[in-house]
Amino acid sequence: MNRIKLKLQENKKILSIYFTAGYPSLNDTVKIIQDLEESGVDLIEIGLPFSDPLADGPTIQASSTAALKNGMTTTLLFEQLKDIRKSVSIPLILMGYFNPVLQYGVEEFCQKCEEIGIDGLILPDLPLDVYQEEYETIFKKHGLINVFLITPQTSDARIRAIDDASEGFIYMVSSASTTGTKEGFGTEQATYFERIAGMKLKNPQIVGFGISNAQTFQQATEQAKGAIIGSAFIKHLTQNGVNGIGGFVGQIR
Amino acid sequence: MMSYHADERGYYGEYGGAFIPEMLYPNCEELRQNYLKIMAEPSFQEEFHQLLKDYVGRPTPLYFAERLSKKYNTKIYLKREDLCHTGAHKVNNTIGQILMAKRLGKHRIIAETGAGQHGVATATVCALMGIECVVYMGEIDIARQAPNVARMKMLGAEVRPATSGSKTLKDATNEAIRDWINNPVDTHYIIGSVVGPHPYPDMVARFQSVISEEVKSQLLEKEGREDPDFVVACVGGGSNAAGAFYHFLDTPEVGIIAVEAAGKGIHSGESAATSALGKVGIIHGSKTLLMQTPDGQITEPYSISAGLDYPGVGPLHAHLYTSGRGEFISITDDEAMKAGLDLCKLEGIIPAIESSHALAIFKDRKFKEDDVVVVNLSGRGDKDLQNYIDYFNL
Repeated sequence: MNRIKLKLQENKKILSIYFTAGYPSLNDTVKIIQDLEESGVDLIEIGLPFSDPLADGPTIQASSTAALKNGMTTTLLFEQLKDIRKSVSIPLILMGYFNPVLQYGVEEFCQKCEEIGIDGLILPDLPLDVYQEEYETIFKKHGLINVFLITPQTSDARIRAIDDASEGFIYMVSSASTTGTKEGFGTEQATYFERIAGMKLKNPQIVGFGISNAQTFQQATEQAKGAIIGSAFIKHLTQNGVNGIGGFVGQIR
Repeated sequence: MMSYHADERGYYGEYGGAFIPEMLYPNCEELRQNYLKIMAEPSFQEEFHQLLKDYVGRPTPLYFAERLSKKYNTKIYLKREDLCHTGAHKVNNTIGQILMAKRLGKHRIIAETGAGQHGVATATVCALMGIECVVYMGEIDIARQAPNVARMKMLGAEVRPATSGSKTLKDATNEAIRDWINNPVDTHYIIGSVVGPHPYPDMVARFQSVISEEVKSQLLEKEGREDPDFVVACVGGGSNAAGAFYHFLDTPEVGIIAVEAAGKGIHSGESAATSALGKVGIIHGSKTLLMQTPDGQITEPYSISAGLDYPGVGPLHAHLYTSGRGEFISITDDEAMKAGLDLCKLEGIIPAIESSHALAIFKDRKFKEDDVVVVNLSGRGDKDLQNYIDYFNL
């Protein structure tokens, strides 16, 4: 069974961490993954850097620009990850924009992911209808879970359609924003979390955007299955390099 | 019959669509569901055309350029978009979109701009309607386009520098999209070209289609026929070209010529000739041809003309190129500058450097003596004076 699905069956709140591959240094990828697993994180999202990350705020943008400058490419990332399953068993997701995947070749990309032991993909600008018409069979053939996003503005009908198309989990964007833009949650989020919980979706939801510490992790996971930390972890890496990852994770829960 | 217009999902052949993150879906969906309906309302059409007439100064003349025609031994007509209020065709679209925004109940406008022409056209219509306006502009462009920055400020717009990535047009577009993600309810994003996710390419093309609509009736008057033999326009993102081609797209007898900026030469590494150098990919929510690395990172184009240095091209034009419906010619900086000066001397018209690219084709692309060739003169050259001064040591 897919590692993401197995993990989601555990009776616990999921902590997922995002980082940009190739940042802070080009060859930090494996070390970061190993330390995150050792620190008790449940799921890792490895960011494939892109020149024009239009859903991201300044922190992740800057890490992407730096990673590209460091020389990160899709091919190099796959090379860095080729033996990753010899040292970790944590579910791994690749997250990025669709264009680099398209240039690599969607079929070849998925094939490579399967060889390495990647469990899922998050490609925010690959729309639902295009995925279903053109790529779903390829993803499934290679055992990859495709994760879709919903936001507070997503209609109930569309959430249902996304729930039907999903397997694994739904990425629940906490507010109308780019990544790392807003800190903390207000009444808008409370209403939204309530509304989604009330929909009794078949897929669990993991909340992303706006989670940076124990308090926001706690708030986000009151009703949802888990939460994702991205920008706050990138900031930690900016300040500390790859040191103290255990300490960072330890503060969250 | 095959059509070169967008289908209902916003595809031109394999190009177009809406490759957007879910955060943008409600914004684009609201627009998609309403734009055709709103544009079809008689009150919308009335207001749009009234403003185009009284405020923009339409119809713009279709001028028979006699001396230019004589030089190249063919019949050249110039569609004078340079005579529009604000100095270029850009305002046709911003008038349309501000009326659209009002009907959608939006009270905040955002836009991206490269050289500042679209920013000025957006700031202008926002002033006209008394609506808040924020224009994103790359930090580098702000430094090199000071007069347009001042114009936007005088018109009451806030100019926000885009400091990410390469700090130019594509990054200004990214910043505008990010703003829209963060302000999904009250804000309308006025995209300046036939780029971006569906329905923008189709909507902007429809607003600009007034250009070819007028050409038809003006040509009928002058030549006794509605269709020219060729219509020529420069293409960056491609909005003036989309407007000039629009009513001729499905008339195969009319030759369509799109002129791209080769910069210092197609293979010089400093070029914006997207059809020649681009590959299929996704930029700003649209599947189209774009300049990128083998790894799929979007690269920075170059042209002396700030209005043509977009790394992608509208999906309509990508389709015209791939299908062979359009003839694509690329023109270097030098060729464009010379053609611009040529027009000054022969016809007493100082063209925008963008438009000079379209004028530059006549040196090598020969037409028959009785061919009627319409060139869309998309903008005037006032904004480019410093470039002309530097280039020709004036």
